[in-house]
Amino acid sequence: MAQARLARREHLTGWAFIAPALILLGLFMIYPIIWSLWMSFQVGKGMNFSFGGLANIERLTKDPVFLRALGNTFTFFIIQVPIMITLALLFAVALNDSTLRFRGLFRTAIFLPCVTSLIAYSTIFKSMFATDGVVNQALMAVHIIGSPIGWFTDPFWAKVVIIIAITWRWTGYNMIFYLAALQNIDRSIYEAARIDGVPAWARFRYLTIPMLKPVILFTTVISTIGTLQLFDEVYNFTAGNGGPSDSTLTLSLYIYNLTFKFMPSFGYSATVSWVIVVLVAILSFIQFLIARDRRTS
Amino acid sequence: MNVAPMTAAATARPIARRTVAPGKAWALARRALVYLLLSIAAFVSVFPFVWMMIGATNSSADIIKGKASIGTALITNATTFFTQIDAIRIFWNSAVIAGVATVLTLVVSSLAGYGFEMFRSRVRERIFALLLLMLSIPFAAMMVPLFVMFAQARLVNTFAAVILPTVASIFIIFYFRQATKAFPSELRDAAKIDGLKEWQIFFYVYMPVMRSTYAAATIIVFMTNWNNYLWPLIILQTAENKTITLIISALTSAYTPDYGMILFGTVLATLPTLIIFFLLQRRFVEGMLGAVK
Repeated sequence: MAQARLARREHLTGWAFIAPALILLGLFMIYPIIWSLWMSFQVGKGMNFSFGGLANIERLTKDPVFLRALGNTFTFFIIQVPIMITLALLFAVALNDSTLRFRGLFRTAIFLPCVTSLIAYSTIFKSMFATDGVVNQALMAVHIIGSPIGWFTDPFWAKVVIIIAITWRWTGYNMIFYLAALQNIDRSIYEAARIDGVPAWARFRYLTIPMLKPVILFTTVISTIGTLQLFDEVYNFTAGNGGPSDSTLTLSLYIYNLTFKFMPSFGYSATVSWVIVVLVAILSFIQFLIARDRRTS
Repeated sequence: MNVAPMTAAATARPIARRTVAPGKAWALARRALVYLLLSIAAFVSVFPFVWMMIGATNSSADIIKGKASIGTALITNATTFFTQIDAIRIFWNSAVIAGVATVLTLVVSSLAGYGFEMFRSRVRERIFALLLLMLSIPFAAMMVPLFVMFAQARLVNTFAAVILPTVASIFIIFYFRQATKAFPSELRDAAKIDGLKEWQIFFYVYMPVMRSTYAAATIIVFMTNWNNYLWPLIILQTAENKTITLIISALTSAYTPDYGMILFGTVLATLPTLIIFFLLQRRFVEGMLGAVK
């Protein structure tokens, strides 16, 4: 009897602890999500809409701007995430060596970019990658290029700048997760492997990677979500237009334009945002599958 | 978890037999390579900051030309900056929004993380799994309904509207739940025997013990809120309510941006996050460590 009362009180305390978060999430996340799901089946402009069934999905397949944005977002994801994860892993492993000098200094330096404000770094990048900016001058000084690259006027190089910028900003952030996880690995395992003459790359491949797998999966999923929602950088680098000629237009920027720039088409923009949800779900699922496969083999 | 390293070492062993023991010169060369790689990475990471600080002392024309030495335009840039925008007001807006949001987020999300980990029930586990799923839903999907909600509540252009949707952060709840796994349960039992109530245990035992976790979370949450862009851009509409992030962003999209003045502003805008980072950084790595354990 007393035990049951205790369990019941324990049960209520559990709810009390999570109640504030649940109420806020319900109001500002779950409710808007359900609303937006309902919206994605509505057609019409402004606040006049009617049920349109799958009309919005049909419109997606015929919308060249949407397809462009989808392609761009995917390009950013495919190229940027692997580069960043690899770099972060390399830096973390290098910094985990306790015989290395200036570890704290290197760690702080590499982590620094993700502490900076978005606006600071987009301003800096914009001025550094200006046509007669410092990057072009440095590249010309060492004769890598003959004439300045139009970083923000050429569709290809504009994408490259965006990729460089997000990699610059987020590599250190991911590195910290690996560094923290590496410090949990029992050092004696490495010692044993070293005494057995296992070369460094094999220790990396067969010890470090398998043990970091949960963290790698976590950071990959988080980075996938971040890249598929890419907005801030593109908006700031291109003065909000995703230019030149839509070459850096991302799905999030397109949603923003559909909602707040053009004549608002809430239903259609909700549909586009659900495309991101579906993409994240599919990609995360694939990443989970890959991580699981490796474990069994 | 303990089995994996063993099997990994076992598969690695045959390879080891085939390899010749690396020579000393090779080890030295590899070490040099590591230092070179890290130095390049550190340089690339820090250079834009140096560039920003040098830029704040140069005129816009010099910056665009790529001048990389300290100039004499600092005072001019500062004067232009302070006359063009109401800096004190704007920084105050940013500080209030980021400060209040950080405190609320830490309290609400750590309470939830602790609650999910310490008091388990089947229903709550299901809810937690659902929350993790929702982590993948982009903000863009909620943006429009959120805006309409706040418009109906007549809260557009208020700080409350900026702060409220950020307070319950699934990512931070998840982070605290992971970190709570490392919280020694003996401490909680001892406190219970001493007659402390659950909320007292949380505030007087858990919070002080987990200060590294809170330090790491403070950096992440403050940074996110200080730099928050898309939502404030939508919901804050009059100039006197905007944050420093929005104001500088607007300056850079001017037809001929005054980079000297803008870089001076960005130095100021970056300072708070840098200061918080350097004050808390030793605890930061400890805190992240606790969460990944």
